[in-house]
Amino acid sequence: MSDLITADLVDLDLPAGDRREVVRSLAERLVEAGRVTDLDQFLADIEAREAQMPTGLDGGIGIPHCRSAAVTEPTLGFGRSSAGVDFGAEDGNPADLVFLIAAPEGGGSDHMTVLAALARRLVRKSFTGELRSVTDPAAAAGFIAKEVSA
Amino acid sequence: MRIVAVTACPTGIAHTYMAAEALEAAAEEAGHEIVVETQGSAGSTPLTAEQLAEADVAIFAADVEVRDKDRFAHLPQVSVGVKKAISGGDLLVAQAEEAVKNHVPAAAGAPAAATPAGAKAPTGPGAASKVRAWLMTGVSHVIPFVAAGGLLIALGFALGGYQINLPDDSPLYEQILDGGFSAGSITAWGALAFGIGSAAFGFLVPVLAGYIAYAMADRPALVPGFVGGAIAVTTGAGFLGGLVAGFVAGGLVMWIKTWRVPRALAGIMPVLVIPLLSTAVVGLLMYVIVGRPIALITEGLTNWLNGLSGTNAVLLGILLGLMMCFDMGGPVNKAAYTFAVAGLSTGSEGALTIMAAVMAAGMVPPLAMALATVVRKSLFSEVERENGRAAWLLGASFISEGAIPFAAADPFRVIPSIMAGGAVTGALSMALGATLRAPHGGVFVVPLMGNPLGFLVAVVVGTLVATALVVALKTFARRRPVVTEAAGTETVTERETVSA
Repeated sequence: MSDLITADLVDLDLPAGDRREVVRSLAERLVEAGRVTDLDQFLADIEAREAQMPTGLDGGIGIPHCRSAAVTEPTLGFGRSSAGVDFGAEDGNPADLVFLIAAPEGGGSDHMTVLAALARRLVRKSFTGELRSVTDPAAAAGFIAKEVSA
Repeated sequence: MRIVAVTACPTGIAHTYMAAEALEAAAEEAGHEIVVETQGSAGSTPLTAEQLAEADVAIFAADVEVRDKDRFAHLPQVSVGVKKAISGGDLLVAQAEEAVKNHVPAAAGAPAAATPAGAKAPTGPGAASKVRAWLMTGVSHVIPFVAAGGLLIALGFALGGYQINLPDDSPLYEQILDGGFSAGSITAWGALAFGIGSAAFGFLVPVLAGYIAYAMADRPALVPGFVGGAIAVTTGAGFLGGLVAGFVAGGLVMWIKTWRVPRALAGIMPVLVIPLLSTAVVGLLMYVIVGRPIALITEGLTNWLNGLSGTNAVLLGILLGLMMCFDMGGPVNKAAYTFAVAGLSTGSEGALTIMAAVMAAGMVPPLAMALATVVRKSLFSEVERENGRAAWLLGASFISEGAIPFAAADPFRVIPSIMAGGAVTGALSMALGATLRAPHGGVFVVPLMGNPLGFLVAVVVGTLVATALVVALKTFARRRPVVTEAAGTETVTERETVSA
């Protein structure tokens, strides 16, 4: 099993746009990396989850995520947006940090522990603070990978 | 405080764990212990029976159904959507603190977000730590009896005079009610009110014992609890005897329920076998093991008090004050009260001061608790505060039982406090030389007193002392962390939580 995230799954300067465009742009990176087999299927699954309840969190964080048959292994796409993207957070603030979390449909619980570890990091200010200040995709991916395996 | 929590979200990959993390951090920050069961896709480690038994409160942060929710039925609960836990973990922990404080099973009055559940038998070991929840179930059921019965008795005294309950073997109110009710007589109305009130008071200890047992072991435990409580009344064991009966009955039924019985018998266990067996055993215990010693104690105390005549009056006042406030209607209280009433027939000045001191001290417990619920609302649950309102009149009417719900709910802090207040009152009343010829009546017989002002001063000072003590004990013995503000919206500048 490969790392949850690699440098080419990081986009520190997301293109401006609405939620769907931003997610699509990150998702394309997942497709290129061979971790998502069917972009449209994946985006539909993301949208279905988003429809249940917006994934925006207070404090400028968006975590679009889904379990999808189009996903081959647990993967994180991470993006930073200077313009901000509205993920429907309750505080009304657009997200500047976007975590696109992709989980395989039938993944056993072993697969999922890495995502659980990631989710736990997301509420830590030290974790998100570091990702706001990091300047290089490889450093961002390395930091995340180190954190979730700790 | 020990918290158990369940987090769950539709996808089970993100919010479930974020909420768990946020709750753990917030609980740690507030100085509580927490165990979170994450019902997500990374598998969940179920809470152990021990963790469940030892918990004080349950938090559910979930947008989907919490699995096996009945495991938490014995706990006060706070239920919110999963995102609330992520954005406001500390607010949620504060709500849980509030829910614990206000947790009175089977009663309304908890904050909107909290769902108090009926206290039921917890599963697994560690049940001893549930004692408070069990007690509160008993107390919350007893409070209406105390209020309704006590106020009717007070009304009976007000309308019928203090003689309404005299003489002991054939009280006036019974004579009146037996002889046919006459609507034109105010005394008859007083007798009626007193009779009804006494009937309600007759349930006080049985209901307390019955519902403690019920909280511990469900319906089969009601019978042994009620019967044990009723025997506590018969044998004069008072509410402390009732507490014993309730816990013994509940514990016994819990134990019997663990027996492995043939399937043919299993069907009739809860309706026949358990109530029959447990009631027989509890009844035997209450009559033989508890009842006899209680009778001996009462007798011994009475003899001892009789031997004390000629002791320093103030010392005697202290002693009688302590006794009056120890068990509110139980054997120790009875011994002091009977001692005072018996002296009345001699008509000596000494006997009359003793009667005044005993009544003054007996008024302190309800008055002090009523005052405490006013000056420190937050230390009491909603039902306790309501009971506090009735307690003013009960105390003024020398119906010490008005303090029983408070004493039963928190005996180790309440009883010493009111005993100290009673001792001060007893000593002062003796020192100031208040006298009283009537054996009952509270403020209604103040006009009949010698030095009524001294009597009232004694009551007021003792009440203030008891109130101050009970507030102090309840404040210091229970840590009350300052409720921190809800999680802010800024991300970077807020407090740092522990990092990996």
